[in-house]
Amino acid sequence: MTSFVNLAYLVAAALFILGLREMSHPRTAVRGNLLGAAGMLLAILVTLLDRRIVAFEVIIAGLAVGSLAGGVLALRVPMTAMPQMVGLLNGFGGGASLLVAAAALDEATLGGGTVTAQFTVAAAASGLIGAVTFWGSLVAFAKLQGLVQERPTLLPGRHIINAALTAASLGVSAWLVADPSAFLPYWVLVAVASVLGLLLVIPIGGADMPVVISLLNSYSGLAAAATGFVLDNNMLIIAGSLVGAAGFILTTIMCRAMNRSVANVLFGGVGAVATATTGGDDIYAGRVKAATAEEVAMLLDGARRVVVVPGFGMAVSQAQYAVRDLARALESRGVEVEFAIHPVAGRMPGHMNVLLAEADIPYDKLKEMDVINPTFPQTDAVLVIGANDVVNPVARNTSDASNPIAGMPILNVDQARTVVVIKRSLSPGFAGIPNPLFAADNTLMLFGDARKMVQDLVAALKET
Amino acid sequence: METLIVALTVFVLALFVGFEVITKVPPLLHTPLMSGANAISGITLVGAVVAAGAQQSLLATVLGFLAVVFATINVVGGFLVTHRMLQMFRRKD
Repeated sequence: MTSFVNLAYLVAAALFILGLREMSHPRTAVRGNLLGAAGMLLAILVTLLDRRIVAFEVIIAGLAVGSLAGGVLALRVPMTAMPQMVGLLNGFGGGASLLVAAAALDEATLGGGTVTAQFTVAAAASGLIGAVTFWGSLVAFAKLQGLVQERPTLLPGRHIINAALTAASLGVSAWLVADPSAFLPYWVLVAVASVLGLLLVIPIGGADMPVVISLLNSYSGLAAAATGFVLDNNMLIIAGSLVGAAGFILTTIMCRAMNRSVANVLFGGVGAVATATTGGDDIYAGRVKAATAEEVAMLLDGARRVVVVPGFGMAVSQAQYAVRDLARALESRGVEVEFAIHPVAGRMPGHMNVLLAEADIPYDKLKEMDVINPTFPQTDAVLVIGANDVVNPVARNTSDASNPIAGMPILNVDQARTVVVIKRSLSPGFAGIPNPLFAADNTLMLFGDARKMVQDLVAALKET
Repeated sequence: METLIVALTVFVLALFVGFEVITKVPPLLHTPLMSGANAISGITLVGAVVAAGAQQSLLATVLGFLAVVFATINVVGGFLVTHRMLQMFRRKD
């Protein structure tokens, strides 16, 4: 019987790997996700055959509550809220690992039998990573949902506090390993790790969220893998490390796209400067040209190639459908329209792609930074919608290493013939620095809300 | 000790497989990759189910119940929302 269950687990693990592999293309990705779900269903069904299970009421109740809550969340959430949805799900995954390790520890201490060092070390890891993931994700969720302020909150002496908490959690872990018969150290560990999770994410600002979400994604996988070591279950270890690897890769990609290290994102406190203290008057004074929707519509109408650069501002004002209408109106006039997607545009990896796909924009028009950058010199007009730091030429030109975006790879929109920036005001982006692009000779500013302005452009195009 | 070595072997090899498979996913699909991978990390559900059903102690049952709820939200919510997103990436004719 055990070997049958283990064989089924092997099949499930293989389905997870195949499913993730199918994610490499939009054509096969739907099937890939279904393969993963099938693997999960198989794993759960054979687990129900486990001889240790004596009653099913609690299990069924838990499955029913969880399915209902998860289903409602998944079907109701708007695409613009996807970053906080993924953040929340990461948290539940970490929380589940923490609880499973706690239950296993409780069972082991009751039995009075001897437990191995592997068991206690793994339980400590589950509790530590699980609690950090759970509370860190809840803070990320609260920031993205706008429940708490997005700008980083910097506590005095936070590095010392974090170091002390890390040392404390390692100390309590050692206590747990030394005395596995006591249940108390586990909860002390969870408490310390919870505070650590909160404090790690509170000082991180909105535009750094892609890194945080990716990292917490990785942690939720590692917590599951640690639980696999607690339960001696290879399938958990495989599934957990797959997710751990996925989160780690995304974290690395996000950091590279900002030319910053993970440590700098986590502890650097970038974005904490108040908007009011940063100037820019000397850069903008008398050189910013504001345009009207009619003027911009005429410009776009006469273009052969237009590239749209979406940013978080597009998500905030829910402008994706208006952008789709604009793209269609231009295409019907023979204008070539493409979209330039910076890796860290938005609040999570791939955020802009999901929003534009939601609005029915074909995915082959969504171009990665490396692909589209060489085409800007041959582009007649670029339309920047709610993006700022990712198109700031300072990142490319500055040699001042103290500049928060120095060396960050950017979309070279300033190389296009004309740049139109839709933005509410000249206020700086997340990095808190002025953007000389707004004062460039070939730049026109269209001041206003993104959706309203794009709708005005569509209307003006129809009249020309 | 023997089982620990086996488990560590599986862990390290699975990490390598994960790196190989996931580096091939294009940035276009990074959000659904994340939510889909996230659903897979809800695999702790199998541990949660055993803890909730074994009735070892009241505490273990309560912890197991909560774990089942959390992990099920993760699994059901994750796979469903990924499916919703991926549907939008289908080629329009």
